[in-house]
Amino acid sequence: MIEVTGLTRYYGEFAAVKDVSFEIARGEIVGLLGLNGAGKSTTMKILAGLLAPSLGRVVVDGVNVAEAPEALRGRIGYLPEDPPLYKEMTVSGFLAHIGRLKGMTGDAIRRRLPEVVALTQLTGREHQVIGTLSHGYRKRVGIAMSVIHDPRLVILDEPISGLDPQQIVEMRKVVRSLGEGRAVIVSSHILSEISQTCDRILVYHQGQLVAQGTEQELAQRSGATSRLILTVRGAADAFREWAGHHPKVRAVHPRDAEAPFTAALLELDGDAREALIADAVQAGFGIRLVESPADELEEIFLGLTKEAA
Amino acid sequence: MNVQAIFRRDLSAYLHGYTGWIVLAAVLFIDGLLFNVYAMGAGEARYSHEVLSQFFHTTSGLVMVAAVLLSMRSVAEERQDGTDVLLQTSVVSDLEIVAGKYLAAMAMLTLLVGLTAYLPGMIFINGKVSWGHVGVGYLGLWLLGSAVTSLGIFSSALFKSQLPAGVLTGVLTTALVTAWMLSDVTDPPFTEIAAYAALYDKHFQPFRDGRLLTSGVVYYASVSGVFLWLTTRVLEGRRWE
Repeated sequence: MIEVTGLTRYYGEFAAVKDVSFEIARGEIVGLLGLNGAGKSTTMKILAGLLAPSLGRVVVDGVNVAEAPEALRGRIGYLPEDPPLYKEMTVSGFLAHIGRLKGMTGDAIRRRLPEVVALTQLTGREHQVIGTLSHGYRKRVGIAMSVIHDPRLVILDEPISGLDPQQIVEMRKVVRSLGEGRAVIVSSHILSEISQTCDRILVYHQGQLVAQGTEQELAQRSGATSRLILTVRGAADAFREWAGHHPKVRAVHPRDAEAPFTAALLELDGDAREALIADAVQAGFGIRLVESPADELEEIFLGLTKEAA
Repeated sequence: MNVQAIFRRDLSAYLHGYTGWIVLAAVLFIDGLLFNVYAMGAGEARYSHEVLSQFFHTTSGLVMVAAVLLSMRSVAEERQDGTDVLLQTSVVSDLEIVAGKYLAAMAMLTLLVGLTAYLPGMIFINGKVSWGHVGVGYLGLWLLGSAVTSLGIFSSALFKSQLPAGVLTGVLTTALVTAWMLSDVTDPPFTEIAAYAALYDKHFQPFRDGRLLTSGVVYYASVSGVFLWLTTRVLEGRRWE
């Protein structure tokens, strides 16, 4: 569906993207992960037909971007971080306008509009002026705009930035639903969002693609120590002593817990979480709670970028 | 189809925003004042056709100012608001984009010019002027407005903000209007070049007096065409950088 080979983009002497290669299949949702200036937005703009690559080859749905950027524009939906909206227009008027800009006929727009409104959960807002919508709804209008013409590839730059927690949950569903029958690329600074929404992650660092794979694959590749927080029923001393002597546990970091429970963050050799939990049960500790440390993906990311540096 | 989409959106923006209406109201108000002060003459008797010529003279200046104010937002506002990405990722060609924007600005300018018709109407009722003089004069106003609008759209494509676009349009328009002065102080062939380039003097006066000359139509159409073409080149360069 999408083949990127040796993609490089210079701004003057500065290489914003250096020799990046990846493939994305139809139906796949892929996340671009990286710090500011890592090259994510430049890659997205090239895929959207806004920027020309300096070197390399980008093929979307069988069409080479460099050879026929015009032909691609009708097959790609692109949503920048700040949704570009005509605020004086109504939602349906705006979406119809975008449909016309994408070459749709009036009949096609009339058929497609209700589908897109339902898909992006904009029902009931069709006749509202965009300027009066909340930030969350404007983001939805932006997504609706990017799929009104039923593109083969949808590119969403930071689709959840600025949304409140409830809107994030709703937006996650919307983004997941876009993956049906098309490729979706999502970038986000919220690392946990990438892992929850995407099938695969591409990690950018200083213009280079330093890793790609599922969260699990990246965790293994980064060499990040498997960690978990275990809360069990039992005496703190006894649990820490047992954990400290377990062959798969490298370190034990006590955590606060109310009696009769005790908790600790355990650093493991490799991914030994299942074995450790089974052993804890056998040793007579009642498992109350098993948690992953909240910053696990951040750890993976830092590990991968450190490795690349 | 594509031109129509751009045209409708831009015209809607003019009609929903306040700038277009303020420009329109201000021009009509000042045009009425100038008509009373200059065209009618202060106590001196004038023939109807002289009054009409004077009306077209004063209105031409206002049309140029209005064209600057209406066109300076055309492309610059899209870049300022980030909505230019909608056009750049669309299947609409640069020529269609420019044509749609030009037609929308011209529709607004046509509305403005049309609303001044009550002044020649009064001359028509109270005096004696020909329909031809009125029609040719209005054609001149429209062509002059078209040239300045095209210039304004070109300037607007160069900047991310309306203000510098408006300033550049104003400077270029003033330079073109006053080019006839250069023809008085230069030697051939610059005398002829400066005289031909002048936006008002040689080309508008026949329209003002009710004389339709092909050379004037060709001149204004050429200025409009050249600046609209230059605008497509600017957009094209930016679209696939």
